Amino acid sequence: MLGEGILRGLAETARNFVGSFVSADRLTTVQYPEERIAPIEATRDFPFLVYDGGDWEAGMRCVACQICEKECPPKCIYIVKSADKKPDALGKPQFYPARFDIDISVCMSCQICVEVCPFQAIKMDTEFELSTTDRFGGLLFDREKLAKSNEHYHKIHPTEAAEVDARLAEEKAKADAKATAAAAAAAAKAAVPSKPVAAAAAKPEEGEARS
Amino acid sequence: MSENADQIFVLLRHWIVGFLPAGLQEIAGVVLSVIAIIAIFPTLFALAVWMERKGLARMQNRIGPNRAGPFGLLQPIADGIKSLTKEDIVPLRADAVVHFLAPVLLVVVVFMGIAVLPIGRNMTLVHMDSGLLFFFAMGASTELSVFMAGWSSRNKYSLLGAMRGVAQMISYEVPLLMSSVAVVMITGSLSLEKIVEVQNQYTWGLPHWYIFTPWGLAAFVMYATAATAETNRSPFDLPEGESELVAGYFTEYSGFKFALFFLGEYVGMLSISGLGTTLFLGGWSAPFAFLGWVPSWFWFFSKVLMSIAVFIWIRGTLPRLRQDQLMNFAWKFVLPFTLLDLFVAALWRFMSDGWARWVVCSAILLAVYALMGGVGMSRKHFGLRKYRYAE
Amino acid sequence: MSLLFYLIAALTVVGGLAAILLKNTVHCALALTVAFAGLAVMFLELDAQFAGFAQILVYIGAVAILVVFAILLTRNAETPKDGVYSRNWFAGLVIAAGVFAVLGWAVVHSTRVLPHETAMPAVTVLDIGNALMGRYVLPLEIVALLLTAALIGAVIVAMHEKEGAK
Repeated sequence: MLGEGILRGLAETARNFVGSFVSADRLTTVQYPEERIAPIEATRDFPFLVYDGGDWEAGMRCVACQICEKECPPKCIYIVKSADKKPDALGKPQFYPARFDIDISVCMSCQICVEVCPFQAIKMDTEFELSTTDRFGGLLFDREKLAKSNEHYHKIHPTEAAEVDARLAEEKAKADAKATAAAAAAAAKAAVPSKPVAAAAAKPEEGEARS
Repeated sequence: MSENADQIFVLLRHWIVGFLPAGLQEIAGVVLSVIAIIAIFPTLFALAVWMERKGLARMQNRIGPNRAGPFGLLQPIADGIKSLTKEDIVPLRADAVVHFLAPVLLVVVVFMGIAVLPIGRNMTLVHMDSGLLFFFAMGASTELSVFMAGWSSRNKYSLLGAMRGVAQMISYEVPLLMSSVAVVMITGSLSLEKIVEVQNQYTWGLPHWYIFTPWGLAAFVMYATAATAETNRSPFDLPEGESELVAGYFTEYSGFKFALFFLGEYVGMLSISGLGTTLFLGGWSAPFAFLGWVPSWFWFFSKVLMSIAVFIWIRGTLPRLRQDQLMNFAWKFVLPFTLLDLFVAALWRFMSDGWARWVVCSAILLAVYALMGGVGMSRKHFGLRKYRYAE
Repeated sequence: MSLLFYLIAALTVVGGLAAILLKNTVHCALALTVAFAGLAVMFLELDAQFAGFAQILVYIGAVAILVVFAILLTRNAETPKDGVYSRNWFAGLVIAAGVFAVLGWAVVHSTRVLPHETAMPAVTVLDIGNALMGRYVLPLEIVALLLTAALIGAVIVAMHEKEGAK
């Protein structure tokens, strides 16, 4: 009948009104900033650079390949490669970023830099209370501000971090296995030429003794 | 004792006026009553704004403002201070005089409408024989203010909003008057005090309020619909539709003038609720005979605040009506139904008192409502929309 | 003739004059509304409550709105280029003077012809209602018929326009 829909709608809003005082699922807001709702794991706000171990400069995974700088849609990343190299986690000497700036007022949190990084060096942070009174410099994050430890990554994205660590450990194991195999082969090669040299050295001695 | 509590404001005025010489007493009494109205109704306006924000919030699964004062009670004051300290911008090519006069006219007219409402026993500011007509005359003048606001802003959107607003207000003026005419017909007088007095009688402890009669209930529903449209409240708030027309006819108003429009709209809502209370809900009469000891003005204000709560409830529930849907509804449903209600009220009066007239009147009203509703709904085709392009 | 009457009369006359002399057409319509309001207050001062409120309700609430809508929908509200005064103003003045003379004579003559009331008649809305339904019911019905005809005519004109646009 005419008006039935209106009455049903009124009943629903009345239920919302009364329910918001008694049950939590009818009042979904919290008193921010005194109470906060825990973010879900896949939350992403702005990027940060991961470093392993204690020293952020030595343990930084980033090798300044500049792929993320090229792929960033609003071009908010600015990288300057270093002149020298330093050994990375696998022992290989790699470049490192002398300068790594992200302008978070430009960044649109699309996560493309994270997706294209081959070294698991840049990941998404969950920090959003970044307001500052300095309109220009305050929102330009440099290398030091962006560097956060692997423990921090584990805290904010546990399953993702565990996965990344497993992958990195696997790569390291493979690299180690290759290294030991290469070392064994090198050792074998080094052992074989020493015997004929000794035989050749022994033979002229025998020849000298007969005549 | 309860007599004193009931008449406390009247006695207070009498006492204050007693200090003045005899010649000034009458005018001083009137001035005191005017000051009381100007003090009370803006306070009620602040209360209504607070109720609206908290009530709408709770209906929308959130808490309303709760930082300014306990439970956000000082939020309207904060809003008022904000409006007063904002820059008053008048567009360069706008008509400055008319632009200034529009909110002034609105507020003046709306406050004048309150003058005839019987707020309690012996508590009407001006006793008029045709008080109801005066109230509607003031209501008709608010349309002029809406038009002035929209036209003087020299803004397409304001003008569109004003045109729509005026068209809507004129369309719903007729059902508003017609539903009150039924009440006048049964009471036999245009005087609002008389209407309340007639409803102040009790049978078996239940009051004779007009809403408890079949024709009265139908008239009340029509009156409430027309009142919602007259005050540009949701679901009829297309003229000030925030998502369609920025703010409609008061787009170009800022600061205090905007606050005056806001005040005019809410006090208009309060006064039209006051009239609805007087006509249908018994004004200052208590719901049950044994509650007669509670002061009369308490009942009046609680009924008005309950009507405001219903306004807010409806605003939180219904989506906005499109302009043509709104006009169709007024002319094709509400107006014929009010005419039928007039006929049924006449039937009620001429049938003798008893259960027969209840049955007959209710049956006629329900049958026609179901019929018109059924016809109206059957023409709705819910499905793929067919478009008709403009020529 | 009290001070109040002179004030109200001044307001009405100023409103009427402004309605003729102002340049902006919508301003003229609003000044006309002020003149209507002055008339309504005069009715109220004469204790004709029904007439006064009906004046506000009908004239200010409906006729003024109608006038303003008509102005907006049919012509530019800006000042016309060749001024507001018509070329045949002298003929207009003569006709206006003639009408005023006739009305003035009728009003002055009526004080001699109609019975002189000593006390102010207390006319209530009830009396007006009785008169409308009793003695003057035929004019009431004729006016209603006229209004219905006007309403139907307006609907037909609007309908034809819609069909004409198609």
